[in-house]
Amino acid sequence: MDLSAINPVLLIASLMVAATPLLLAAIGELVVERAGVLNLGVEGMMIVGAIAGFAISVETTSPFLGVIAAALCGALLSLLFAFLTQFALANQVASGLALTLFGLGLSALMGQSYVGVRPPAMARLDIPVLSDLPVVGPILFSHDPILYFGLGLTAAVWAWLKYARGGLVLRAVGENHDAAHALGYNVVRVRVLAIMFGGACAGIGGAYISLIRVPQWTEGMTAGIGWIALALVVFASWKPWRALLGAYLFGGINVLQLNLQAAGVAIPVEYLAMSPYLITILVLVIMSADKSGAPASLGRAFHASH
Amino acid sequence: MKLTKLLTSAAVALGLATTAMAADKTKVGFVYVGPVGDGGWTYEHDQGRKAVVEAFGDKVETVYVESVPEGPDAERVMTQMALDGADLIFTTSFGYMDQTINVAKKFPKVKFEHATGYKQAENVSVYSARFYEGRAVQGHIAGKMTKTNTIGYIASFPIPEVIRGINSAYLHAKKVNPDVQFKIVWAYTWFDPAKEADAAKALIEQGADVILQHTDSTAPQAAAQAAGNVVTFGQASDMGEYAPFPRVSSIIDDWGPYYVARTKAVMDGTWASVSTWDGIGAGMVGIGEISDAVPADVKAEAEALRDALASGEYHAFTGPINKQDGSAWLAAGETAADFGDDGLAGMNFYVEGLDAEIPN
Repeated sequence: MDLSAINPVLLIASLMVAATPLLLAAIGELVVERAGVLNLGVEGMMIVGAIAGFAISVETTSPFLGVIAAALCGALLSLLFAFLTQFALANQVASGLALTLFGLGLSALMGQSYVGVRPPAMARLDIPVLSDLPVVGPILFSHDPILYFGLGLTAAVWAWLKYARGGLVLRAVGENHDAAHALGYNVVRVRVLAIMFGGACAGIGGAYISLIRVPQWTEGMTAGIGWIALALVVFASWKPWRALLGAYLFGGINVLQLNLQAAGVAIPVEYLAMSPYLITILVLVIMSADKSGAPASLGRAFHASH
Repeated sequence: MKLTKLLTSAAVALGLATTAMAADKTKVGFVYVGPVGDGGWTYEHDQGRKAVVEAFGDKVETVYVESVPEGPDAERVMTQMALDGADLIFTTSFGYMDQTINVAKKFPKVKFEHATGYKQAENVSVYSARFYEGRAVQGHIAGKMTKTNTIGYIASFPIPEVIRGINSAYLHAKKVNPDVQFKIVWAYTWFDPAKEADAAKALIEQGADVILQHTDSTAPQAAAQAAGNVVTFGQASDMGEYAPFPRVSSIIDDWGPYYVARTKAVMDGTWASVSTWDGIGAGMVGIGEISDAVPADVKAEAEALRDALASGEYHAFTGPINKQDGSAWLAAGETAADFGDDGLAGMNFYVEGLDAEIPN
């Protein structure tokens, strides 16, 4: 055992990277679910974002255009779900699952000519003095811009849901769509916009994996992160800061357990391997002991005539 | 009544028609554990499938299902293939072992071929490649090239195939570099690019400057490339897009000839349950080109080692070798047996010198 081989500064820096795709997808889904819609297609939108972002970055050699394209494609794909569930009133669970399957297939098709291609690198933040600071520099001031975007988005979503008029309307729609309708709010429009926001976030999360975290394109490369994001939203009791905590816990313990293994710590590997799932769920379940439940209209179809 | 009868006869006729069609064409099914575009393990199996198509043209029909989880779902996929009239089904991952045996019992007329397992049956063959021969060559290069004397190993699941690879690589690295140390990380997945990248980064951050992988994606190659001074090897497929550096060589699985031969046997009616385990010599394991990033003398030694393994003149597990606990395994000059107690097929122990424990 050689714990000194683990560099805590590098560890924290890489756990932030590992957590970012999860955080982005979870924040997007959180807003969707707060509007009363359950979209199980996160994994599908993420992987389409991953290939769309990758392809556009390679073609234009600009990672930023790639990320924007990923957001657009994620939102576009989610429109399909929005159409099925909000206008055709299809079952949300089935439509979401279909979206995931469709996304996985579509991304494999789109990605065929991009296997083995190297994407242009996204520049890391490099602030002359701050980035060179010991300890604080590598942790806080030398990441890629998307990571900061993820943190900023969490804060923005929290503030918007809590204080902004739009956020209150969205929550009203999610809690009781009939009442919101009676008050004159356009339930379907709010929900479609929320779904598109969720799609865009999932798309950026996917692009983060293919452009920054891995960086390459491989079929099926999101490997279930979308599903973990979905679970995270529930365990975080639909609260943005808890989603952030959950994502960092999950990403962090994942990176930590790999580091512990490499350092040869005498904990059986099986326990280390399951620890991210276990600890994240445990912490969030304990925290949600207060009575914050699911949005009351979650997963229910709405039509003005009902 | 009449309608029912009509429908029944139609169904029977349809059934006959499909059977007749199936008799013309040999239908071969493939069950894959990852996507065909993984650039590694499944990609090479799919190349094998394409070799079958090329060899027999329209006399054969191939079907495949990709990304099939190891577990009950695999049984469903295989059953569906058998019901759809497959004559021969290749199940291409260790974790399909029990499922293959279960489904084979239900369809005695369908032939099954299970990769890397050890459970045979009347209509189930097993086949695998001696990847550990390739690991010996990798270990040699790794031991010579590491400057930090730390080699990182991304392992997938604690099964004999993976453990053999770790032992073989370690023995040959140690032989050329007595100070070498292995850091082993179990990813518990065959394919998860993000996790593989994280594992590679963790190993690199802890001082490894050579990364060996037994997972299927090219993500560790990308992580090594980003780090700049880390050597890697292609796994299962050449991964030549990362040559000449970080990827300095590779183990390539070549299933094509075997798949063609087995399909031919089914067509000819000569198929019998066999256990095949071929290595570099038979061409089932290929060593990808050793790039110029490797010093010329090391390259020559590695190639000599490869040739000695191919000709059978040298065995990758030649004594004296002790087990991790210090007890004797192979006496001087003795080579490891394939089967039996302490045989290679069921290898579940590390060799002496490795500082780690195998998960249960």
